[in-house]
Amino acid sequence: MNRLFDKTFWGLTIGLVGLLALNFFLEEWMRSIGLQSLSRGCVAIGLLILWRTGLVSFGHALFFGFGAYTVAMMQILGVNDLFVLLICGMATAGFLAFFLGFLLRKYRAIFFALLNMAFSMILYGVLAKAEWLGSTDGFGVKQVSFIGMTPADDMYRPLLFVCAAFFAYISAVGAHWYLKSTLGMMTMAVRENEIRVEYLGYSAEKAIHVKYVLSGLLAGVGGVIMAVTVGHVDPDSMVYWPVSGDFVFITILAGTGNVGATFIGALVYELLRTYAFEFAPHLWQLILGGSLLLIIMFLPDGLWSIRSELRNRRELRQAKRDSDNRAAEVRR
Amino acid sequence: MDFELLLVILVDGLVYSSYLFLVAVGLTVIFGVQKVLNVTHGAFYAFGAYLTAYLIGLWAKGGLPDAGGFFLIFISAAILGVVLGVIIERGLLRFLYDRDEHIAVLATFAAFLVLEDVILLIWGTDPYLAFQPMSLLGSSEIAGLVFDNYSLTMIVLTFVVAFVLWYGLNRTQFGKILLAVIFDREVSMAMGINVTKVFLITFIIGTFLGALGGAYHAPIISVQPGIGVEVIVLAFAVVVIGGMGSIPGALIGAIVVGISRAAAVHLFPEVELFVIYGIMALVLIFRPEGLFAPIKARKI
Repeated sequence: MNRLFDKTFWGLTIGLVGLLALNFFLEEWMRSIGLQSLSRGCVAIGLLILWRTGLVSFGHALFFGFGAYTVAMMQILGVNDLFVLLICGMATAGFLAFFLGFLLRKYRAIFFALLNMAFSMILYGVLAKAEWLGSTDGFGVKQVSFIGMTPADDMYRPLLFVCAAFFAYISAVGAHWYLKSTLGMMTMAVRENEIRVEYLGYSAEKAIHVKYVLSGLLAGVGGVIMAVTVGHVDPDSMVYWPVSGDFVFITILAGTGNVGATFIGALVYELLRTYAFEFAPHLWQLILGGSLLLIIMFLPDGLWSIRSELRNRRELRQAKRDSDNRAAEVRR
Repeated sequence: MDFELLLVILVDGLVYSSYLFLVAVGLTVIFGVQKVLNVTHGAFYAFGAYLTAYLIGLWAKGGLPDAGGFFLIFISAAILGVVLGVIIERGLLRFLYDRDEHIAVLATFAAFLVLEDVILLIWGTDPYLAFQPMSLLGSSEIAGLVFDNYSLTMIVLTFVVAFVLWYGLNRTQFGKILLAVIFDREVSMAMGINVTKVFLITFIIGTFLGALGGAYHAPIISVQPGIGVEVIVLAFAVVVIGGMGSIPGALIGAIVVGISRAAAVHLFPEVELFVIYGIMALVLIFRPEGLFAPIKARKI
C-alpha cells in the first residue's frame, strides 16, 4: 500500500466490483435507484471538495443542469453516444465553472453560497422561459449508444449501469487522489487561515478556483448520468433551487470525511426518498427534513462518523466510570 | 415609451415591491440579529397565507361582515408569530448559534421541508381562496389599467411596517438593547442584557412579519402548496441586494426588484423570471455586502 493505493482506493475498488456483480441480480427499479444515487453521488463529491475549504454552494444544480441539458441538446444535434455525451457534458459544465470561477474564487461563506444560487436561478429563469430550450416541459432524452454499439433492449439498462458505475468510480478515485495531493491538502489550510496560506507563498484563490472547476466537472458528470437515466430533462427537477439543496443534504448526510461515504449517503438519500414517497406521499419532505435535522443535531460529521462517534462515547463512559471509582476510593 | 406605460410600471412595481418588502423584512431582521439566514421564513409565509385563507373562509361561511377579514389577517399573523417563533427558536435555532453559518442555513432548510409537509397535513393539497377583503375594497383605474385597491393598501402597510421598525429600533429602549446585542453579543451579555430573551423576541417579530406577508397576500393569490418555495428565494434576492441585516436595505432592495420586474413584465416578458436573480448576481459581483450594509473589517 503506497501513497496512492490506500485503504480508500481499495474500498472504492471493492465497491465497484460489488456493484458490477450486483448488476446481474438487480431488479430494474433497484437499478434505477442505483443509477440516481451514482449521479447524485458524483455531484455530492464535488460539493465535498468545496466543503473541505469551508465553502458550501447552494447552486450546484447549475452545473448539474448544464450537464443534463447538454445531453438533450447534443441529441437534437444528432450526437447519441454516451461517451461523447459525457465528454461534452463535462466540457460545458467545466468551462462554465472555469469562467464563473474567476469571480467566485473571491467569495467566501454565505456570499459564495448565495452567488452560486443566484447563477443557478438565472439559468432556471432562462430555461423555464425560452421556447427553444424546451421551456418548463424540457426535453425527452432518447436511448444512447455505447461507442457505436446499440445493445438489445434488455441489456440497455444493465450496460448503462456498468458505465455509470465506472464513471462514478473514476470520479471518486480522482477526487480522492486530488484531496490527498499537496494542492488538495492546502485547501484545508485555506479553511483554517487563508492569510497565513498566502504568507506561505501559495495562492488561496487559485486553489479554490481549481476546486470550483473540479466540482463543476463532477456535477456535469452527475447531470449526464441523470439525464440518460430518467430519459428527460426539465428545469424544475434539474435546476430549481431545492435540487441544489438536495445535493448539500447528501453531503451532510454522508459527512465530508471520506469520498466513498458520499455514495452511501446518496444511496441512503435515494432510498429515504423513494420509500417515503411510496408509503407516505404527503410526508416525504417531512421524513427527509426530519432525518437531515437529526443528522445535523446528533451526528454533525455525517453517517461516516458513526463508528468514531460510538468509540468516543464508549471512551467517555469508561473515563467517567474510572473517575467515579477513584472518587469512591478516595472517600473510603 | 409613453407616459402611461411608465405609470403602470411604477404602480405595478410598487405593489410588487411592497409584497417583497413584507416578506423580506422579517428575514433581514432575523439575519441582522441572530446572523442566521432563516430558510423557514418561506414556511412562515405559507403558514400565514394558509391560516388567513382558512379563517376568512370560515368567517365568510358564518355570514359575518367581510371587513373582519382585515382583523383576521393580523390575528393569524400574531398567532403564528408567537407559536412558530417560539417553537423554531427554542426548539432549533438556539442550538445553532455557535455552529457554522451554513450549517444553520441547512438546518433551517430541513425545518422548512418539515413545515411544508405539516402545512399539507393540516390543510391538504386543495387550493384555498380568500377574496372577500379584496372584493370589499373594489378597484380603481390608473392609466387605463385596472388595479384592485387591496393591492394598493399593501403599499401603505409597507410604509407603516417600515416606519414602526425604524421607530422601534432607533427610538425605544428595546431598540437600543437590540443594537447593543447586534454589535457585540458577549459584551452585552456581560452588561446584564438577557440575550436569550432578546433573541426570542426578535425571532417572534421576524416570524410575525413573515406570516403577515403571507397573510396579507392571501386574498390576492390562490393559496396552494409550493408558495413558500418560490417566496423564500425571492426574499433571499431582496435581502442580498439591500444588504443582509439592513432594514432600509430591504426597502430599497424590494423597490429595485419590484420595479425592474414590473418593467420586465411590461416590456420584455421573456426575461421576467431571471431579471431578479440577474440583479442579485450583479449586486453580489460589484458590492457583495449589499447596497446598504456597512463594510466590516476582516478578522485575521
